[in-house]
Amino acid sequence: MCTYQTTTIAVRGSGKGASGWFALHDATVYLDHPVHAAGDHTLNIDLRNPARGPAARVAFELDPASARALAHAIVEALDAAPAALAGDGGEG
Amino acid sequence: MSDAMRAETVMIPGAGGEEIEVYLAQPLDRQGVGGVVVIHHMPGYDEGTKEITRKFAYHGYLAICPNLYWREAPGADPDDAAATARASGGVPDERLVGDVGGAAAYLRSLPTSNGKVATIGYCSGGRQSFLAACSLALDAAVDCYGAFVVAAPPEGALASVRPVVGLAGTLSCPLLGLFGAEDQFPTPAEVGELEKVLAEHGKTFEFHVYEDAGHAFFNTSRTSYRAEAANDGWERIFDFFGRYLAG
Repeated sequence: MCTYQTTTIAVRGSGKGASGWFALHDATVYLDHPVHAAGDHTLNIDLRNPARGPAARVAFELDPASARALAHAIVEALDAAPAALAGDGGEG
Repeated sequence: MSDAMRAETVMIPGAGGEEIEVYLAQPLDRQGVGGVVVIHHMPGYDEGTKEITRKFAYHGYLAICPNLYWREAPGADPDDAAATARASGGVPDERLVGDVGGAAAYLRSLPTSNGKVATIGYCSGGRQSFLAACSLALDAAVDCYGAFVVAAPPEGALASVRPVVGLAGTLSCPLLGLFGAEDQFPTPAEVGELEKVLAEHGKTFEFHVYEDAGHAFFNTSRTSYRAEAANDGWERIFDFFGRYLAG
């Protein structure tokens, strides 16, 4: 099924796409049909800079278990880092 | 079958008279043929959908697939365009109807057209095919496992997706519905509810629910593909169009 459920958040940072590095402005997260990955539904993330056009996108399609593992790994990495490095603002 | 066809990208007037990109496939050796507007699925105006468009031309129909994401992402790769449209909230229903209306008018204007036009859509396109058939004067419509025709989507869904079963009274043409018994969106119960509403309105419809098939059973690039259901479904589609799109 197409789930249609979509979460969009603002992000700050950089991503590397087909044409090189670019500033990221938002992330769209949704569990839905993949374009490339095997399987019927994947956890899809689009890291985007809309002002630079549709191709300014770093896309991921992960099977749900991998997506959960990644989410845990992200939180673990942040928790393990010194607070001054992993706090708001991303200083480092 | 027509071996000779012309398939290409052209620009046509869509909703509001705005020009949109479409993929047009025409058999070259036929006259007085019906037309099919192919409504692409949510992942976009992609290679698979263009193959489906050419399939209809192979079977002797004029076929056109509007790029529903043209305004959000002109010239973009299909997956980038789909991501941009998703982040923008999806395709508004009113705009969808306008683009399909423009595509239908374009088909009818072609010299080999017999004036009859149908819509067909898969997944999100299934819902949109139903919506178009309730909003435009068409000769036939096919809904392949369209979700959220009857039921409301869960919280957090795209703003553009709302149930459209309330429009059933204005369905303008016979409707063929093809669904999987294992599908959860729509469930067999929702399919049954839609049948009940259509019957109450005295509409002409044929629904088939395939056992051992779930959502997206027509999609040959996914593990959801079910050959038996898809092969039977295609036979039913061409039988249906043979009856309702004939000159």
